[in-house]
Amino acid sequence: MLSPADLETLWLTFKVASLSTFILLLIGTPLAWWLARTPSPAKGFLNALVSLPLVLPPTVLGFYLLILMGPQGALGKLSHFLGLGTLSFTFTGLVIASVLYSMPFVVQPLQTAFNNIAQQTLEAAATLRANPLNTFFSVVLPLSRPGFLTASILGFTHTVGEFGVVLMIGGNIPDKTRVVSVQIYNHVEALEYGQAHWLAACLLGFSFTVLVILYTVLKTPPQIQQLK
Amino acid sequence: MTKHILKLTFISLTWLMHTSVVSADSTLVAVASNFTKPMTEIAESFEKATGHSAKLSFGSTGKFVSQIENGGPFEVLLAADETGPASLETAGYVVSGSRATYALGKLVLWSATPDYIDAEGKVLQTGNFKHIALADPKIAPYGAAAVDYLSKQGLLEKNQPLMVLGENITQTQQFISTGNAELGFVALSQVIENGKIGSGSGYIIPTNEYASIRQGIALLKNGAENPAAVALIAYLKSAPALAIIQKYGYDLP
Repeated sequence: MLSPADLETLWLTFKVASLSTFILLLIGTPLAWWLARTPSPAKGFLNALVSLPLVLPPTVLGFYLLILMGPQGALGKLSHFLGLGTLSFTFTGLVIASVLYSMPFVVQPLQTAFNNIAQQTLEAAATLRANPLNTFFSVVLPLSRPGFLTASILGFTHTVGEFGVVLMIGGNIPDKTRVVSVQIYNHVEALEYGQAHWLAACLLGFSFTVLVILYTVLKTPPQIQQLK
Repeated sequence: MTKHILKLTFISLTWLMHTSVVSADSTLVAVASNFTKPMTEIAESFEKATGHSAKLSFGSTGKFVSQIENGGPFEVLLAADETGPASLETAGYVVSGSRATYALGKLVLWSATPDYIDAEGKVLQTGNFKHIALADPKIAPYGAAAVDYLSKQGLLEKNQPLMVLGENITQTQQFISTGNAELGFVALSQVIENGKIGSGSGYIIPTNEYASIRQGIALLKNGAENPAAVALIAYLKSAPALAIIQKYGYDLP
C-alpha cells in the first residue's frame, strides 16, 4: 500500500502541476494571442523558440537548467541579485523548470484556438463599441473554451509526468522536490516493485479520472461559427 | 574515376569484414557509474591483449538488476555493491561460483571550489554551506557510505536538512561541479587525476570511518558460453587491470 512518504509525493506533484499550469495560462494566453494575430516577422522566430523544449531530451534540458541556475549561471546570478538564493533544489526552481518544459503544450492549443476565431467576429464586436479588452473577455475567451481546456489538460498532465528535468535539478528532497515520478523510479531502483506498482496505479487512476471528467465536459464545445 | 571509387570501396569493405573476423568475440557489460573511467581503460587494454572486445553500458546497479531480471542482454555485471549480484544469483541469473569482489571503493568529500575543503574535512562542522550532495543512500552504495560516515561523526542531524540526493554518483558529481551544491560525497575515482584530487578540493575519507564499499562482479548466464565474457572476468584479475583499478583510487580486495 501507499506509505505516508508516497502520499506526500502525490500531493507535491499535484501542487507543482497546478501552479505551473496556472502560471502557464497567465503567460501563455497573451503570448498565444500575439502569435496568432501578429503580422510581425518575429512570429516564426518566437514560435520556434516556444517549441524548443520539445527537442531536447528532458534530462539534457534539466542539465542546462542546472547550469543556468547554478551560481555561475545567468539565472543563478539573477536570483542571487534578487535575494532569492539558488533556485535549484527548491520548489520555486521546480515550478520555473516545469513552466519552461510544458510551455509548448499550453501555447500551441491556445494559438490554434485563437487562429480559429474569424477576424469578422472581432470586427463585429468592435462595431458594437467593444474595446479590445472587452472583446477579448466577452468574445474570444468563451469561443476558445475548448482550447483552454486542452491547454490546461496537456500542461497539467505533461507536468505530472515530468521526470528527467526534476531528476536533474530537484535533488530529491522530501516535501520540496521529490515528486511522484521520481518516487516511483526510486522504488524501482531499490527493487521495491510492490510499492512502485501501487504508486504508479494510483497516479494512473487519478489522472484517468480527471481526464475522463474533463473530456466529458469537452464533449459539447461551443460551436465556433464563421460570420457570413 | 567511378571504377576507382568502387574498387576502393570494395577493398575497404573486405578489409572491414576481415578485421571483424579477427577481433573475435564481443561481450556486453553492465558497469556501475562510479567505475566508468577505469573500466573504459580496462576495456581498451583488454581488447589489445585478447583481441576480444567489450561493449560497455554505464548506469546504476539497481537499474541493471531490474533490466537483467527482465531479459536484459548483459553478460557481465560490474556492480557498485555486492547485494545486486547476490540478489541476481538468488533469482538464478548468475553463473554459480562466478561472483567475486573486484574493487573496494573510496569515498571522498569534494568541492569544485579550490581550498574549500580542509585536510580533515572540518568544513562539515564549521562550513556555512546551503547544500551537501550525496547519492541516494537507499539505492546507491556510495550514498549509504556517506550517511554511515556522517552518523559515525555525529554530523548526520546537522547535515540532513541540507542534503540533496543524486540518483547515482555521476549525477551527484554534477550537482557539485556546477556549483549548485557547495560540496558533497563522491567516489574517489571520479575526481582523481595522477594519484591526487584533480580539480577543486577534497578530503579522502579514511576507509575505516565508514562501512566498506565492496564492489561485486558476476558472470551472467547470458554470457556463460561467450569466450569474450569469460576472458573479461579473468582479465579483471590480471596485473595490468589491477594496476588500472588502483590508479583510479580503489583498493584491491
